[in-house]
Amino acid sequence: MSTVNLALAGNPNSGKTTFFNLLTGARQHVGNYPGITVERKEGHLSWNNGQVRVLDLPGCYSLTSYSPEEVVARNALLKERPQAVVQVVDANTLERSLFLTVQFLELGIPVVLALNMMDEARRKGLRIDSAKLSALLGLPVVETVAREGQGKEALVAQAVAHAREKLGRTEPLALSYGKDLDPILTDMAAIVERNAFLIGRYPARWIALKYLEGDAEVMREGEKSDSQAAKALEAKVAEARKLCRDFLKSYPEAVIADFRYGYINSILQQGVVSQDARRQRIEISERLDQVLTHRLLGPGIMLAVLYAVFYATFSIGEIPMGWLEALFGYLGETAENLIPEGLFRSLVVSGVIDGVGGVLGFVPLIVVMFFALTLLEDSGYMARVAYMLDRVLRVFGLHGCSVMPFLVSGGLPGGCAVPGIMATRTLRNPKEKLATLLTAPFMTCGAKVPVFILLAAAFFPGLEARVMFLSTLGAWAMALLASRLLRSTLLKGESTPFVMELPPYRMPTLRGLVIHTWERTWQYIKKAGTVILAISILIWAAMTFPGLPQEQAAGFEALRLAAQQEGSAQAELDDRLTGIDNQEAQAALRHSVAGRIGVFLEPISRWAGFDWRTNISLVGGFAAKEVIVSALGTAYSLGDVDPEESETLSQRLAGDRAWSFATALSLIVFVLLYAPCFVTVVAMARESSWGWALFSVGFSTALAFFMAVAVYQVSSALA
Amino acid sequence: MRTVNLREMAKDQKARVVSVDAEGELGRRIRDMGLLPGIEFSVAGRAPLKDPVALRVKGYTLTLRNNEADYITVQTMEE
Repeated sequence: MSTVNLALAGNPNSGKTTFFNLLTGARQHVGNYPGITVERKEGHLSWNNGQVRVLDLPGCYSLTSYSPEEVVARNALLKERPQAVVQVVDANTLERSLFLTVQFLELGIPVVLALNMMDEARRKGLRIDSAKLSALLGLPVVETVAREGQGKEALVAQAVAHAREKLGRTEPLALSYGKDLDPILTDMAAIVERNAFLIGRYPARWIALKYLEGDAEVMREGEKSDSQAAKALEAKVAEARKLCRDFLKSYPEAVIADFRYGYINSILQQGVVSQDARRQRIEISERLDQVLTHRLLGPGIMLAVLYAVFYATFSIGEIPMGWLEALFGYLGETAENLIPEGLFRSLVVSGVIDGVGGVLGFVPLIVVMFFALTLLEDSGYMARVAYMLDRVLRVFGLHGCSVMPFLVSGGLPGGCAVPGIMATRTLRNPKEKLATLLTAPFMTCGAKVPVFILLAAAFFPGLEARVMFLSTLGAWAMALLASRLLRSTLLKGESTPFVMELPPYRMPTLRGLVIHTWERTWQYIKKAGTVILAISILIWAAMTFPGLPQEQAAGFEALRLAAQQEGSAQAELDDRLTGIDNQEAQAALRHSVAGRIGVFLEPISRWAGFDWRTNISLVGGFAAKEVIVSALGTAYSLGDVDPEESETLSQRLAGDRAWSFATALSLIVFVLLYAPCFVTVVAMARESSWGWALFSVGFSTALAFFMAVAVYQVSSALA
Repeated sequence: MRTVNLREMAKDQKARVVSVDAEGELGRRIRDMGLLPGIEFSVAGRAPLKDPVALRVKGYTLTLRNNEADYITVQTMEE
């Protein structure tokens, strides 16, 4: 028996994802549609010795071309030609859901309805006659409760039978759009047929409808394939617009929507839906909202919830992160013992193991963050957060949902931009998403904290807490202002309409939470892993090659020999040898590519008060911001400095005449704002494109340099 | 019964949509969410900063900003 191809469609919050998990279990394949970050999910199930392939379409309310989700859903339907669409319908919002059904039928696609959440509907006293609905619409309707697995067998049986019977095509539904539009529609359909316009791809009447609705995607395709016929259609559209304006004081698209709803109501009113009046009651969701979105309580509870997510991500995630660090530390040590000293050992230990460790080290954070995020989304609370914060964030060209990426990235100090960037997935508008994505790395992530503590201890002793607090405030201010700047220049555009649903509060299913968390995490490991390993080796090479010329290395060797021959006490000898090693490490670093970049940039970086040593450490900081501390240590010949215990380095800096308050301030500002670490850059490329990720590196560094120069020049002048 | 702008409605007040005077993406989104002439709804509440507003429509709750509500004319209904 051949494979049956089904597509799963439905409104957001209709239980579509729960259904997909129920049908396919763990047999899923997740990817992205090329060029955009709409997830493409596909799964398989066995049915009566046959195979059923299920494509999960993105959740949408209609099939126009305004949002990426809708375009993806439409294109997938037309290109992949599933034999039938299973539309998951929340029985509580039947009328609105059928608006999408009608559009499938107009496209001539066979539909099977899964009337989901029937338990909720019954509790509310809603009675739906599904047999009658099925007869009136002329398609199979199956009552289901996806959360409890009810109706799965019946649905699959009906869907497979329907798919085998129709094989992807039915006679397109031809609704009447009233005496004003109908004649025009018929004329337009005739033009389409006469010119074989966009032939074979869509039904003729559907193309006419899309022109009347002003669908940019279809009109662009039409213009490309036959511009003359397209002109004729556009002339008809102008006629229709005039007619609607003059006689109906409306627009063609509004008239079309009216008639679609009219058709739906004419069906529902034939005794399909009835409401048991005695059982009408205030829903639990509404009562919860009276507290959770209350004018005073709401924001308070929201802060507590957001803080809890943040706290959970880092306090729970830290534990397995420690295990992973210990594991990679152990691996590094083992490799060090097994492989003879030399370049190969350095490559394996510093390049490969530290690199892979860098990727996997973030995994626990990502798991916990995604789990919490999925919990907030699936329960319906995320929509409330957006609702409450929209007024504030709109001022900066952002969306209510931008707050989560900011917080996770380090809106509270100690976050991490990698999961933060991945949290931007909740944003639907591409421009608002990009603005959030580009500014979230300004937050004080956990790796910047040791740098600030080092500088604060050296130049602002006793004021460490205040320095941390002010840099966090500074980070928020810069992120919000920079996104305002981006949204009024490069990312100019209207904010997305906030017309959205506040879904009823629902308890998420554990299965859904686990599957979703796992698939997002696995994508990170798989895709990011390879790139990060490569870049990590590249940075290692930049800080290693070219090695010291032979005569210099020989010079250090001679010094070591001389020290040994002097035959002083063992302790004193060890000290001197370590000193020589550190000097050699400093010389080698300066000689390397990274060192040369540092020296080369010194004339420019002087404006911000940085010498070549600071420059090298900032180059190294691109690998991970903690590296700034250890690279400064090497550059000041202090050997390896543990970022957590940097007293010696901070004393060294405080005593150095090249350093002043102004330098420290300027460096804090620079580290706060400059290029995100490359793991973040890779995550950005995954969420947007390599172009935007590289733009972020340039934009952040330019902004950081400008701010650092300003701070340095002003504070030096004042001092 | 009074014909007013949606923005002017108070919490828990009931009304019927008279017209949605928006085109393009905004108009389409409003209609997709089932807010069309003739539909009855009530104001479920407002966000802490008075904007956006949440509406209770048959079976679901939807939100829109005040400047988006401006495009919607309604007829208020007595209890």
